Amino acid sequence: MQVTVKLFATFRNGRFKVTSQELTEGTACRTIMLGLELTEEQIGVVLVNGRHAALDQGLHEGDTLALFPLVGGG
Amino acid sequence: MNKIIRINMNDLSTRIEDVPAAWAGLGGRGLTSTIVAAEVPPTCHALGPNNKLVFAPGLLTGTPAANSGRLSAGAKSPLTGTIKESNAGGTAAQMLARLGIKALIIEGIPAEDKWYSLHVSMDGVAIREESELVGKWNFAVIEAIEARLGKKTGILTIGPAGEMKMTAANISVKDPDSKIRSHGRGGLGAVMGSKKIKFISIDDQGAPKVPIADPEKFKTAARVFAKALMDHPVSGEGLPTYGTNVLVNILNEAGGLPTRNFTSGRFDGADKISGETMNETITARGGKVKHGCHAGCIIQCSQVYHDQQGKYVTSGFEYETIWGLGADCCIDNLDDIARADSLMDDIGIDSIETAVMFGVAMEAGILQWGDSREMLRILAEEIGRGTPLGRILGGGAGSVGKTYGVTRVPVVKNQGIPAYDPRSVKGIGITYATSTMGADHTAGYTIATNILNVGGYVDPLKKDGQVELSRNLQIATAAVDSTGMCIFIAFPALDIPECLPALIDMINARFGISLTGDDVTNLGKHILKVERQFNIEAGFSNIHDRLPEFFTTEKVAPHNAIWDFSGDEIDEFWNF
Ligand code: SF4
Repeated sequence: MQVTVKLFATFRNGRFKVTSQELTEGTACRTIMLGLELTEEQIGVVLVNGRHAALDQGLHEGDTLALFPLVGGG
Repeated sequence: MNKIIRINMNDLSTRIEDVPAAWAGLGGRGLTSTIVAAEVPPTCHALGPNNKLVFAPGLLTGTPAANSGRLSAGAKSPLTGTIKESNAGGTAAQMLARLGIKALIIEGIPAEDKWYSLHVSMDGVAIREESELVGKWNFAVIEAIEARLGKKTGILTIGPAGEMKMTAANISVKDPDSKIRSHGRGGLGAVMGSKKIKFISIDDQGAPKVPIADPEKFKTAARVFAKALMDHPVSGEGLPTYGTNVLVNILNEAGGLPTRNFTSGRFDGADKISGETMNETITARGGKVKHGCHAGCIIQCSQVYHDQQGKYVTSGFEYETIWGLGADCCIDNLDDIARADSLMDDIGIDSIETAVMFGVAMEAGILQWGDSREMLRILAEEIGRGTPLGRILGGGAGSVGKTYGVTRVPVVKNQGIPAYDPRSVKGIGITYATSTMGADHTAGYTIATNILNVGGYVDPLKKDGQVELSRNLQIATAAVDSTGMCIFIAFPALDIPECLPALIDMINARFGISLTGDDVTNLGKHILKVERQFNIEAGFSNIHDRLPEFFTTEKVAPHNAIWDFSGDEIDEFWNF
C-alpha cells in the first residue's frame, strides 16, 4: 500500500516534510516512527487522516500519517 | 503594592487611596473584574461617563518570578457589552508594580473637548493636556514620548482607532524594544479614547524593589517554577523556536484551521504561512526567532520578523493574526501578513477582531479573497483615516456582517471567533460560547487537550468531556490571569506536577500567606461568577451563550463536523 508521511517542527530536521512510502497493508504507525529513528518519547501527536491515533494503529492504502513533537501556542 | 490611584477625568483630579481589605489578595484580572463589577453600572454605555477603565498588574508582577510581567486592563466592553479583561506584556506592568500601584482606576469623561495624557511616577499621577500627539499613530507616539521623557519611559497608548472609538480598538503597550504589545480584545482602546486619554507614560525612577515577605522560600519556588517552564517541550523548545504560529500546521492537519471565513477546516496555503516556514524565513533574513515581550520572560514565544531586504517589519507575530489574515482570508503571503500586523499595531486595532472582520468583508465582496494589497490599503487608508467604510470595518466582524447582510458571521457576544473551528475542536466551542468575555480562546484553551495532547487527551470531534474540560480550564485561567503570569505557563502546569505548587508557593512567599491549591481554584470560580453576574445584570442570559447558527447547519471539511451541542448541554458549564 501507499501511505503519505508528513513530519512537522523539529522532526523535519535532517529528514523531510512529506514523503510517500510503499508498505505492507496494516503496517503500524510505530513501525514508520522507528524507521525514521524517532522514539515514542519524542512523539507529541500522531494524526492519521487528521484524527488522533495511537502508535499501534495499522495503516491502510491512501492513509496520511502526520507526526508532531509536543508543540503548543495560543 | 499598597495603593490604588483614581483618576477622575470629569474634574481632572487624582486621588491616592489605601487598598481595601477585600482587594488585598487580588491582582490582574481578579482585581480589574472585581473593581468593574463593584463600581461600573452594568447597563451603562461603555463609552459614556459611567464606565471605568482599570489597569492592574498581577500578584507576582515586578518580582523575579519568570513570565510574571503581564498587565490586566478591564472595563465594560463597547464591543461585547459584557465585562472585559484583556492582558498584555510590555514594560508597563512591572513599572506599575514597582511604584506600588495595585490598580489605576480611570473614571469619567472630561467636560471640554480636549485630549490629555497621564503621567505616572513616584509623585502619583499628573493629568496633562495633550495636543501635539493627537491623531498620531502608535509608533510615532512612542518615538515622541521617548524623545520627550526618556528612552526608559513605560507607555500605554491608543492609535487613531482608539481616538475614533472604534469598537475593535486596542490599547498598545511599549515592549522592551520600543515596539508594541496589545491589550487586544474587546475594544478597550475605545474606552480609553472616550476618556480622552491619548497615552499614559510611566516613570519608575526611585521606585523600590517589590517587597517579598519570605525571600528564601520565594527563591526556591521560583527556581522550581522556572525549571518546569524550561523542561516542558512546549514552553522550553516549541514556543521559542516556532512561536505560537507552530499551530498552523497542526490545526490544518487536524482539520480545525478555519479557512475562507469558516467554510473549510483546511487551507491549501497552510505550509507557506506556517511556523516552520516562518522560522526558516526569519533565520535566513537575520531576524530573531525568539524574543520576550517583557523582561523576565524565559519562554520567549515572540520574534522579530524582517523583510527580504533584512529590514525590520514586525514582532510579536502571533498565530491568531497569521491564521486570520492567512487561512481565513486565503492570503498565503507571510510578508504581507507581517506588514498588516505592523499596521494594526500602528493604528491600534485588535489583530484578531480585524482578521476575522476581513474574512467577513471578503465574503461581503468589499475586497476579493486573498487580495492582500487591498487589505493593506484598507487598513491604512480606510480604517487608519476613519473613512465611513473604515469605521464600519473598525467595528469588527459583527459590524461589517450586519452592515452588509452577511449571515456567516463568526462571533459570540459580538466578538470575533479566533483560530480554531468549534465544529472540529468542540471543547473550544464551549469556551467561545460560555466565556464571560465573548469568543475568546485564551479563556479556556481546550486546544491543549483536544489537539496538542497536553494535560491528557479529549477527542476534539466528540461531545464527551468537553464541558468539563472547558470549565476546569476557564477556572484555572481566571486564577492564573490574576497572578500576572503569561498564560503559556499553563502548558507545563498541566503536565509537570511541581509547576503549579511552585506558583502558589511564590504567591505565598511574596505576601507571607498560605494559600492552598483549593484556594486558588476557588479564586478562579469566584472571578468567573463575579464576571457572569455583571453580564447578567447587563442583560445577558444563557441564550447568549450560544454559537452562531451557521455552525449548526453547515458541515465543515475534512471531517464533516457540525456543532451539535444543545442549549441545555452548554448551560451545564455553569454548574459549579
Ligand atoms: S511567552 Fe510570549 S506572550 Fe508569554 S510572556 Fe513570553 S513573549 Fe510574552
